[in-house]
Amino acid sequence: MRFVYVTLKYLAVCLWSVFVIAPFLWALSTSFKDFNSVTGGATYIPWLQFEPSLEGWRVLLRSPAQGGVNIVEPYFNSIFVTCSASLISIALGTLAAYALSRFTFKAGFIKNSDITFFFISQRIMPPIVLSIPFFIMLGKLGLLDSLFGLILVYIVLLMPIAVWIMVDFFNKVPKEIDETALIDGCNPYQAFYKVVLPNSIPGLIVAGLFCMIFGWTDFFFAFILTFTEVQLLPVAIVALNSSITPWWSLSAAALVCVAPLIVVAFIVERYLSKGNLSGALK
Amino acid sequence: MSLKVSNLSMKFKDEFHLNDVSFEMFKGKIYTIIGRTLSGKTTLLKTIAGLTNPDSGEMSLDGVDFGAVPVWKRQVAMVYQQFINYPHLSVFENVAFPLKQRKMPRPEIDTRVRQALEQVGLQGFETRKIQALSGGQQQRVALARSLVKEANILLLDEPLVNLDYKLREQLREEFKNIFSAKASENAILIYSTTDPVEAMQLGGEIIVMDEGRILQQASAQEIYENPKTTKVAQITNDPAMNLFEGEVVDSTLVLTSSIHLDLPSHLAALPRGKYTFGIRASGITLDSAGFEFQIELAEISGSETFLHLQHAQMHVVGLLDSVQNFDIGQTVTAGLDSKSLYAFDKSENLVASPYGGTK
Repeated sequence: MRFVYVTLKYLAVCLWSVFVIAPFLWALSTSFKDFNSVTGGATYIPWLQFEPSLEGWRVLLRSPAQGGVNIVEPYFNSIFVTCSASLISIALGTLAAYALSRFTFKAGFIKNSDITFFFISQRIMPPIVLSIPFFIMLGKLGLLDSLFGLILVYIVLLMPIAVWIMVDFFNKVPKEIDETALIDGCNPYQAFYKVVLPNSIPGLIVAGLFCMIFGWTDFFFAFILTFTEVQLLPVAIVALNSSITPWWSLSAAALVCVAPLIVVAFIVERYLSKGNLSGALK
Repeated sequence: MSLKVSNLSMKFKDEFHLNDVSFEMFKGKIYTIIGRTLSGKTTLLKTIAGLTNPDSGEMSLDGVDFGAVPVWKRQVAMVYQQFINYPHLSVFENVAFPLKQRKMPRPEIDTRVRQALEQVGLQGFETRKIQALSGGQQQRVALARSLVKEANILLLDEPLVNLDYKLREQLREEFKNIFSAKASENAILIYSTTDPVEAMQLGGEIIVMDEGRILQQASAQEIYENPKTTKVAQITNDPAMNLFEGEVVDSTLVLTSSIHLDLPSHLAALPRGKYTFGIRASGITLDSAGFEFQIELAEISGSETFLHLQHAQMHVVGLLDSVQNFDIGQTVTAGLDSKSLYAFDKSENLVASPYGGTK
């Protein structure tokens, strides 16, 4: 019975792994094909089924004048904008979440839960609703088509995620731990950064990961709020498209685009599985 | 050194958490606050620590306004009923935390932390993570952290309540010695509990609380012998003191239509009339010359058996010094030791006690 259970379990894991890994393998294989290999039927194994070509990757590094789409600059722009916006969102969002978790706010009928919902509501609205106000605001501030303008907009988009995750996380950290820190000689700020924050690392990592994913993969605002001066990676990838869909360079770009998220996920996974807080407060 | 609390009150919505609480506590003594859940014990401790602000009232330490001092500057230490420690720090770092906050020199921190860990029996555990400790060990770490601070006031909020029975018994004994040593260092120890046995074992002075109000403050012996009201009698006894209506008629005590007792000497002076009578479980035991009761429940606890008995409208709990099995509904004969009876008037205040205490 146990053998059947274990076999079924591993079978399910294998099937799921194929489901997850297959698109990556397909993209990897396609990125080394040329026009003829892509249009010549389904082939997967280089050298045996098709002759590998680096054309798809070269296009990404060539300048537009040479018929390519240079994604190096958009790549670093995306890293800069995503990391800056995520860090600021986490910093501000964590402070807001801590306040919402620990203090009671009341202004008429507005309470803590309403304020938390206000943050989340920014994500509920369809992006198109926000696009025109953002466009006008950035235009008035002279921040259209600039990295700083994009960072500001992304902070608005990412902070609700940070607040949402961290409020929930802080609510699970007993208030008595803050009180103990106060009794042990910490002022409220020290209690926060010396005791509460170190015990909230898993929450910070989850929030940071979500912020990075949402920031990194945003296309809509990166497309609407930039023109010629600044370009982010998703927009640069779309720019690859022409009358003939270049599957080889699109696949290469997709792999390049997803690589940082995979690296980040592998790095933070070990911290998440540690469960720093779980089981610590009996 | 004395901690003086005057007229502390705190209301949340329509409920009093503290209701005109006043007392004075002196250095070198252990004070036990006993009360049921939500009686205001934790609120009082947190108010003394500075974690909650009362709506009104004053606190002073040696005549200096204590209420205005922020928590982190008060010389208090507190142990919670949940085993609250810093999970990201090792045992040593946990205990050293308050000393590091004071920027104490490293060698002194080392010495004091090791002394505190030795005191609570955790030497050798310095490098362990909190997660790797059992519940009892975690509470020892919390206690060591509160001791190392050498605070003027040590607050212990039901520190043993979340431990299993055996460990609670063991730690109660160990902690008692630690507390006595701490008290001898001229600190004020305030221990809150819901457990009458714990309160009595710790000795010292007992403060009985209910619904945010202090019902009685006296020595453990005085509380045991002369509980001021029926509520005090119930809160400070486990099982709660049996209470039932009765009437003093001539030289007889009429409890039900068929339970009549000779009036004991300590109740003889009572004016004739109706009273609420109280008797501890130990005052009711099986006796072939007693009265017929039906067994509602028989609880075996350690080497004793608690019998929940019913006779007409009278429901009482009796105690057997042995383990015996009974069937529910079984009829037994039990006697009430009239010499152990307490009498309370209509306002539920004590009017006569076997130990001579009166209103």
